[in-house]
Amino acid sequence: MTETAVDISRNRKFRLTMFCGVILLLFSVSVAISVGAVSVPLHVVWGVLINKIAPDTIEQTWSVGRQSIVCEIRFPRALLASFVGAGLAIVGASLQAVTRNPLADPHLLGISSGGAFGAILALLHTGMFLGLLTVPLFAFLGALGATLLVLAVSQFASATSADRLILAGVAVSFIVMSLANILIFLGDPRATHTVVFWMLGGLGLAQWSQLLYPLTILLLCGGWLWLNAGNLNAMTIGDETATTLGIPVARFRLMIFVTGALITGVMVAFSGIIGFVGLMVPHIVRMLVGGDYLRVLPASALFGAIYLLWSDIIARTIMAPEDMPIGIVTGLIGGAFFVWLLRRRDT
Amino acid sequence: MKPAGLIAENISWAPRKNLPKLLHPVSFEVKPGQVLGVVGPNGAGKSTLLRMIYRYQAPTSGRVLVGGEDIWAGPPRAAARKVAAVLQEQPGAFGLSVREVVTLGRTPHRLGYSTPGAADAEIVNNALDRMELRHIEFRDLGNLSGGERQRVMVARALAQQPQLLVMDEPTNHLDIRHQLEILSLIRSLGLTIVVSLHDLNMAAEVCDAVLMLQDGHCRGFGAPEDVLSEAQVSQTFRVKAWREVLSRSNTEHLSFHLPD
Repeated sequence: MTETAVDISRNRKFRLTMFCGVILLLFSVSVAISVGAVSVPLHVVWGVLINKIAPDTIEQTWSVGRQSIVCEIRFPRALLASFVGAGLAIVGASLQAVTRNPLADPHLLGISSGGAFGAILALLHTGMFLGLLTVPLFAFLGALGATLLVLAVSQFASATSADRLILAGVAVSFIVMSLANILIFLGDPRATHTVVFWMLGGLGLAQWSQLLYPLTILLLCGGWLWLNAGNLNAMTIGDETATTLGIPVARFRLMIFVTGALITGVMVAFSGIIGFVGLMVPHIVRMLVGGDYLRVLPASALFGAIYLLWSDIIARTIMAPEDMPIGIVTGLIGGAFFVWLLRRRDT
Repeated sequence: MKPAGLIAENISWAPRKNLPKLLHPVSFEVKPGQVLGVVGPNGAGKSTLLRMIYRYQAPTSGRVLVGGEDIWAGPPRAAARKVAAVLQEQPGAFGLSVREVVTLGRTPHRLGYSTPGAADAEIVNNALDRMELRHIEFRDLGNLSGGERQRVMVARALAQQPQLLVMDEPTNHLDIRHQLEILSLIRSLGLTIVVSLHDLNMAAEVCDAVLMLQDGHCRGFGAPEDVLSEAQVSQTFRVKAWREVLSRSNTEHLSFHLPD
């Protein structure tokens, strides 16, 4: 039974990829905590973390200041980077299946812009009338609104083909961005600098108390997407074929879009607009583990987290001690990747 | 896989209620295990007709009965367990392997969110063997030739264990060798098959019955030699058609010429 042997080796390759990915993730988190304006050696990072889990395991040779930098600032930031990277990557992977377009990405489809619009509306105009939940909720509603707008525009313009759906997304993205700019223009000029954060993306606001929201959304929505991996596979063949396989295509696509808006909205609420993660990561992951969404989704989450951790490390070190907005880093890398992808698709 | 009969009762289709019909009411019956060819010029309504049979576009009027049951009465999954389709849609560059695509055929038979089990693997193996795809089962679908890809799509449909198979222009874009292979395959499957074909000689050779469409109207339904008559074909396709006997194989063959 050589066939089964090959099958097992594919499974083994996936497990090996995931195992290496987890090791790489742990290493990346450690480095992300280590580097910055104040450098913390790796063994101190691990000492602090181990002592957090099991107090007094390792003798404390480091200052309280270092300890609080690790615990209060850098660790939550590294976790937020992981959640956002994982979330955006699985949204990109899922949208690519239901739009049958490998270029689909929450940023390109205007979903991120919608999220930023909602966040800006809450920050500059409505005030925090729902407490801490205001910004995430508004970001989700903005992302959902932009998503429905993309679907409506694609219906209106009969642009349901995969490539034209992306164009509809780009159009909506421009419109929503302009609306967001109007909000900034009309808003209190003293508050606008906080808004720039959402436009350019950044992980500097990470706090322990808020990490629960992105984590919950990531686990719930990510789990639901994973359960639907088989249907996502079927959607890559085509709408009609997926229908003949018993999938209610229009409803399923809408549910994926809404789930994508939920994840993207919440991630944007905590990190601003970070583009191209959802475009790049699933592509690289497919080269490693193949096209089955049962493998693509978890691997995308893992490598999305790693990718964003390193983007953040670059953003924090390249102009140290200044924090460069992470959206600039992912935009530069992602844009170059996009160009490479276009060239590769042509040949 | 027990083939089921197909009965179309006065099915018609319009894009919306008040718009003119693109397909006017048509009725026909296909007995279990028979092959029905759907022919007609471009825009005749062939794809529209097929879409109602593989449950993609709901008929504006009429019923589609497979094995005596209306496929539009139940959920899409129930219909998907009976009717499979090989369409012209080409999967994008998503890196699915041949085996993964064929396994998709098990989708309507899955319980809830369960993943394919050993019984499914056996069915997939059979489908792969039947289409002679076993040696390339782990290849990326995107790297296959047109003929191989078409065979993968047929294997996928077989893994669905349908009672009725719908094929939309299965010989399109294939070279002669692969066209002939697909045709001999259609004959050998032992399923009830509805297939749209451009080539009338192929239709005459492979089908038990032919349905001829033109501008959304049925122009004939019956045995190939009756429907594909010189007069009927000439009128429907706006050509001059001659039924000729090929000297070497001594078989009838339609030849086509532009009218004067």
